[in-house]
Amino acid sequence: MNWWSRPAADTQITHGNRLWLYVLSAIIMLLLVAPTLIVVPMSFSDSQYLEFPPSTWSLRWYEEYLGSAKWMRATATSFQVGFLTMLVATPLGVMAAYALFVSRHRATRAIFLLLITPMIVPVILIAIGTFYAYGRVGMNNTIAGLVLAHSALALPIAIIVVTAGLSSYDLSQEQVARSLGATRTKAFFLITLPQIRFSVITAALLSFLTSFDEVIIAIFVSGGANATLTKHMFAALRDYIDPTIAAISTIMVILSSALLLLTQFLGSKGKRN
Amino acid sequence: MTDAPQGTTALPIQIRDLTKRYGSVHALNSVDLDVHSGEFLTLLGPSGSGKTTLLMAIAGFSRPDSGSIRFGEDEVILTPPHKREVGMVFQSYALFPHMNVADNIGFPLKLRGISGAERAARVEEALETVQLSGFGARNIDQLSGGQRQRVALARAFVFGPRILLMDEPLSALDKKLRERMQIELKHLHRKLGVTTVYVTHDQREALTMSDRVAVINDGELIQLDTPEVIYNSPANAFVADFIGESTMLPLTRDDAGALLFRGQVVGDAGTDQGRDWTLVMRPERLFFADAGAETDDQTIVLTGVLREAVFQGESEMALVAIDDDTEVAVRFGTSGRASASGSNAGDQVSIGLDRNDVIIIPDGQAV
Repeated sequence: MNWWSRPAADTQITHGNRLWLYVLSAIIMLLLVAPTLIVVPMSFSDSQYLEFPPSTWSLRWYEEYLGSAKWMRATATSFQVGFLTMLVATPLGVMAAYALFVSRHRATRAIFLLLITPMIVPVILIAIGTFYAYGRVGMNNTIAGLVLAHSALALPIAIIVVTAGLSSYDLSQEQVARSLGATRTKAFFLITLPQIRFSVITAALLSFLTSFDEVIIAIFVSGGANATLTKHMFAALRDYIDPTIAAISTIMVILSSALLLLTQFLGSKGKRN
Repeated sequence: MTDAPQGTTALPIQIRDLTKRYGSVHALNSVDLDVHSGEFLTLLGPSGSGKTTLLMAIAGFSRPDSGSIRFGEDEVILTPPHKREVGMVFQSYALFPHMNVADNIGFPLKLRGISGAERAARVEEALETVQLSGFGARNIDQLSGGQRQRVALARAFVFGPRILLMDEPLSALDKKLRERMQIELKHLHRKLGVTTVYVTHDQREALTMSDRVAVINDGELIQLDTPEVIYNSPANAFVADFIGESTMLPLTRDDAGALLFRGQVVGDAGTDQGRDWTLVMRPERLFFADAGAETDDQTIVLTGVLREAVFQGESEMALVAIDDDTEVAVRFGTSGRASASGSNAGDQVSIGLDRNDVIIIPDGQAV
């Protein structure tokens, strides 16, 4: 039996019958990915302008990016803010998810919804609100301000990821550990945390990415010496169009994809355990 | 405390006036219970009866609203679980999947600062006790249900706890394995000599394993006694119905205080005038009497119509209608001699009950 007439699943439907589905899926995936991928060839162009497809090829825009003090500084800021956001949002997310998982209080549902509102509210509203609030306390254009705002965005993701990791966890393990002589804190760190570690790492990576990729809040509350890479890119697109953006975008796409693939890998590993 | 040898630290548990409410529901209603040093006591009751709440209160995971729990001389009602020195086995085993067998069992030792060779030796000794020698390096997912149960058990007693608590530890096993583990647990208890409180809803398991059984319902301790007494002299209709099979029939009382069942004297109410009384008949204590047999000093005889006889393997169950709306269940062995064969559905039969096997219980509260 060839591939064409072999069953595609535990049914009588063959791969041949399914062909239309495969084609449709491929088209949808292509449409989703194409706009992102189109910047990749553009970044290798030799032209002064964004050009697709490029007529001549070069690495000059990568050199431009890597050689620019301004871009390097913005990149360092983005990494710094991303890393700090990760350090703030991950422990908070783990604590919140754990508390909501353990608690039998009737308000847990409401608290959960409250904690994930930053995911639901349009980011532009958060950005505007944060901008005015920070204006009062002088936190605009500071690293701390940006980290806090990004942590608010990352927290819902961390909570959801860790909650999912806890959902299959048997809390009586912690009770056993306590009856065997462990304090509650010890029981958490020795028994619970090692078993949800993949969720925690995933939450950390996604928290970093949330901050690293974020542009709207950064436009409002970051600036001067503390402007992020995304803010500079946005400004550059507005003021002068230059393929450096394409080169930076390509690097960011690769970095983000790598981190996402890592979380997927950890996720499947976590499930196997 | 840390290096107390196994089996020498059994402590009695004294529970007084223990009450726990969830909203307006009494999960525990003023429970008094004494568990003797070194005994195997089972908390038996239907689900929602409060038996697990009581166990969790002893373990320290559930804070009662009021009352007292003493381990020996020490009041522990406010002691956190990790300071109670109580070994616990859960229904789900709750083994730590990220550790191997030896690390699971060594966990309580590690917490007590016992390391290296001594820890390894005590883990190996515990493994030997539960007949799992050489399993130390195995991962948890490589173990069968029965083996997991043994590891959970070894982990609970390896540090020499004063008290061992078990919450339906065998309910996830299949029937054959469960029955074998019941015997093994009993042997282990005898060997360790540790005070053990065991929770189950399986009355047969409770009767098999326990020194004493505490029957619990609606947050109250209904009866506390040896398995024989619980079975042969249930305190009330709930116990009679929950433990073993039974047919319950109302009795009447004559002016002299004698209790009558259809005109036949079956017992004596004494001076207790204000109650209703019920006759409890265990199906396996009833037998088919010869036709024409009559009630005498030895035996009470009832006559009726055989409705149905059901073959159940090790025994046969016959339903006999002694009047239009009263059926009595009779269980008898299938050894050939003692069978209902010869009688067919619809036949008139006589069933006998030895007077020693008569169980009479009072209904409800005295007026």
